[in-house]
Amino acid sequence: MAISTVLNVADGKLRQTINAFLQDLLNKKIVEAILVPLAHPAGNNVVPGLVTDPESLKLADVLAPVLPVNSARIVSAITRLTPVSKKTAVVMKSCELRALIELVKLKQASLDNLILIGVDCPGAYSVKDYPRFAAESTSDDFVKTAWRGKEDPSLRAGCQICEYPVPLFADLTIGLVGVNLDNGLLLQANTEAGKEVLEKLGLTGNTDNEVAKEREAAVSQLLDEIKKKRQKFFDQTQKEIGGIENLSAVFGPCIQCHNCKTVCPVCYCRECFFDSPTFELEADRYLGLAKKKGTIRMPVDTLFFHLTRMTHMGTSCVGCGCCEESCPNGIPLLKIFQLTGDKVQKLFDYIPGRSLEDELPPTVFKEDELKWIGEK
Amino acid sequence: MAEFEPKIIGFLCNWCTCAAADLAGTTRTQYPPNMHPIRVMCSGTVDPAYIIKALLSGADAVVVGGCHPGDCHYVSGNYKARRRIALLKTILETLGLDEKRVWARWISASEGPEFAQMVKEVTEETRKQGPNPLADNWEL
Repeated sequence: MAISTVLNVADGKLRQTINAFLQDLLNKKIVEAILVPLAHPAGNNVVPGLVTDPESLKLADVLAPVLPVNSARIVSAITRLTPVSKKTAVVMKSCELRALIELVKLKQASLDNLILIGVDCPGAYSVKDYPRFAAESTSDDFVKTAWRGKEDPSLRAGCQICEYPVPLFADLTIGLVGVNLDNGLLLQANTEAGKEVLEKLGLTGNTDNEVAKEREAAVSQLLDEIKKKRQKFFDQTQKEIGGIENLSAVFGPCIQCHNCKTVCPVCYCRECFFDSPTFELEADRYLGLAKKKGTIRMPVDTLFFHLTRMTHMGTSCVGCGCCEESCPNGIPLLKIFQLTGDKVQKLFDYIPGRSLEDELPPTVFKEDELKWIGEK
Repeated sequence: MAEFEPKIIGFLCNWCTCAAADLAGTTRTQYPPNMHPIRVMCSGTVDPAYIIKALLSGADAVVVGGCHPGDCHYVSGNYKARRRIALLKTILETLGLDEKRVWARWISASEGPEFAQMVKEVTEETRKQGPNPLADNWEL
């Protein structure tokens, strides 16, 4: 059972309140290090930093509306070879946490000794749009206005149709949805590890918190609205991209840089099939392929690459939209991968990143299912 | 113009469907020569990528043949194949591509006539569907 407390916000300063909380974690030796978004000195980006010096946390800006990389990749880089030996906190948005859970199931990251701190996230801007935002606004102002039913078409594509702006899996959640942010922030402990942190900080949480209840109601209303919005989006996307002609047009600008694969947090193969010697062909093989079809597009296998990626990581796609952000030619990858991802996730009744217990659909089976495959 | 002859790629499991194909041959059962069989050790080894590649290379249909559910030589390979094929068909359908060109059939080693019947059925259905339009697009 979750317990929660309200972090009082002095003068409406959310960022400072959160940073003071994070500093407490280091100062009171509750954790040895914190992976957290830090404002870049140039002011044009907010990047993940691994912090051991409490002073550096002045730069922390966990509410900043920008997502330069999905930090699940970073946690994977840190913990893939060995788990962290000392308590380490990671502050992540919902899509990052969900990707991390998928990577743990794929045995590419470890949660040992990690304290997961999730933050309600109203969306983020592209890295290239962020400096403009940062010049005229602050993350505090952004989150205070963002939840008021405002549609912001300049948000990243992934954020526009984000399914879960609130963390599904975290030890501690910093709650903003439905919370009066002028008064305080909700700090909710969802696990034993989270409760331990609250105790060590001397914060007395309880299970009967009015603010938590209000947040819960606001979250369920928000998720309902999102569901409707997404259905509309999927119907429209299917019309836009369905069929050979449309698909051909959508992938026309692809230069096969494979950026989408490189930044994808859940594209899980350590060595990609498409980087393997399978695709190193002798000259005569190329000529043979060209002869067979008359003409082939070079580099070869554009649609093959994207379709294969969909079948490989579709069930784990968390819709963070990093693929689309990384595309130099603006291919609406997020749209396509979320559309197909949503269908295959529903097929297996699977929500990526919801829990460690839900098994990855391609790795398991039920005897009594999918009878429409293989039977006459 | 010559009648359209479907080109069908069959990924056939070594233990069941391949043996059924052998049985169909040794018992001289007649069936169309349109399927190009590729022997795989288990239907569970068939990555959807193989099927996609075959379709994009101009195969008019792809069949994955495995043991009956519950009879897999490797215990559960065909159950996993079933999931992968369902996943691939769902994606193809969502993208407006012809998922009906992807087939799965569970045929055991003793089912030679069933194998011949399956090849007949797939060939006839594919003949009705006509050539795979993906084969015409050089730019994909």
